[in-house]
Amino acid sequence: MTMSRALACAALLGALLAGCSVPKLEPWVKPYERERLADPIMKLSRDSLPDKHVEHVRDVREGARGATGVQGGGCGCN
Amino acid sequence: MAATRAAIGLWHRLLALIGSLLGVLAPGASRAVDLPGDKAEALVHSYIGGGVNAYGPAFLVRKSIMDKVSLSGTYYMDAVSNASIDVVTTASKYKETRHEFGLSADYVYRDAQITLGAMTSHEPDYTANTGNIDVTQEVFGGMTTVAFGFTKASDKVGKKNSPEFSDHAHHWQYRFGLTQVLTPRWLMSLNFDALSDDGYLGSPYRSARVFGAFVPERNPRTRNSRAAKIKFVGDLGSFGAVNLGYRYYTDTWDIKAHTVDGGWSRYFGEKWLADVFARYYTQTHANFYSDNALTETVYVSRNRQLSTFNDYGVGARLSYNVRRVPGRYDVKLIGTYEYTTYRFKDFTDVRTGELYGYGANLFQVYLSATY
Repeated sequence: MTMSRALACAALLGALLAGCSVPKLEPWVKPYERERLADPIMKLSRDSLPDKHVEHVRDVREGARGATGVQGGGCGCN
Repeated sequence: MAATRAAIGLWHRLLALIGSLLGVLAPGASRAVDLPGDKAEALVHSYIGGGVNAYGPAFLVRKSIMDKVSLSGTYYMDAVSNASIDVVTTASKYKETRHEFGLSADYVYRDAQITLGAMTSHEPDYTANTGNIDVTQEVFGGMTTVAFGFTKASDKVGKKNSPEFSDHAHHWQYRFGLTQVLTPRWLMSLNFDALSDDGYLGSPYRSARVFGAFVPERNPRTRNSRAAKIKFVGDLGSFGAVNLGYRYYTDTWDIKAHTVDGGWSRYFGEKWLADVFARYYTQTHANFYSDNALTETVYVSRNRQLSTFNDYGVGARLSYNVRRVPGRYDVKLIGTYEYTTYRFKDFTDVRTGELYGYGANLFQVYLSATY
């Protein structure tokens, strides 16, 4: 029963996808519209050395680490 | 000589293959990514809090060669004077210095940037050698940047005045990142890291407390962690820019952590840039952490880094443009201050029996020159 319900759902999904005309996704912000984004104030990480210091301070005091976007990552210290 | 040429040829083919594989993702005409600009940076950093005083200089020099490869070298020093609560209550205070040297090379191929790095860190009782590779690729007409990275570190752990103690630790970190232009004024980034640790993952000096008696801590020799972060940056026009981020962390030691951070940046005239920022962090304790264990277990630790606690920090950064000649060089002087409060929920000061907490000051003075 469960299997036949799953197959029916898959068939319905397939039919919906086949029937829908998926609009073509194109870049919606053109290069000439990105002037403000290029300003250093908008950078996710502005200065690598100070960022590395702050990450080191947190790595040795907090249980969590990673996903900070700082390249190289990790801290070889105790 | 022939072997060197063959190795260089193989290397070029490998980079070309990575670039072309990534290029499949890029629709439309090819655009070139810029190499990181040449620069020199000098930092003096200081951290004072909880009985720890750590300070030192750090330097970075970056130079491109033939507009294809950018080489950078870093030196980072930490002079630590440690009289933290577990040191003064179960050991004796100490001073030590850590030296870290790093080298990295960035290579640009079409819309991809490939970075190879190596780092070595030395303390009297701890040596770490690390290698990393990172690849970033612009796709979707430059609106999306995808990043992959991998780091492997091998550590040698020793103990002062105990030559018979010698152990090792290995660390693997896999990174995935995505930066997305949302609108002409908003950016979003997603980061996901998977980390694995194997080997000696504690401190040979730290003590745990079992039935009121201090015993050497016993940590598991493996740990697997996952971290995911989302961040938004928005332009507010003449009011500057704002950023807001959230990170979730979980690991096989049962630590779960949430981090929220945010900031606001604004130019004041042509010379000054000011930032204010705040951060809140909270975590649950590791399943083998105990302030004073009342059962015998295989693993036991009283490392407050693994306890239940939260910290919150507020800070400010002021950047002054010392001199700027467009197209030639740009020199900036930056000062940062951050105050962080740590509040522990299940770690006590054994001298008073009360829950422990402290405040910490972080200072940075930083000179950056791009040329």
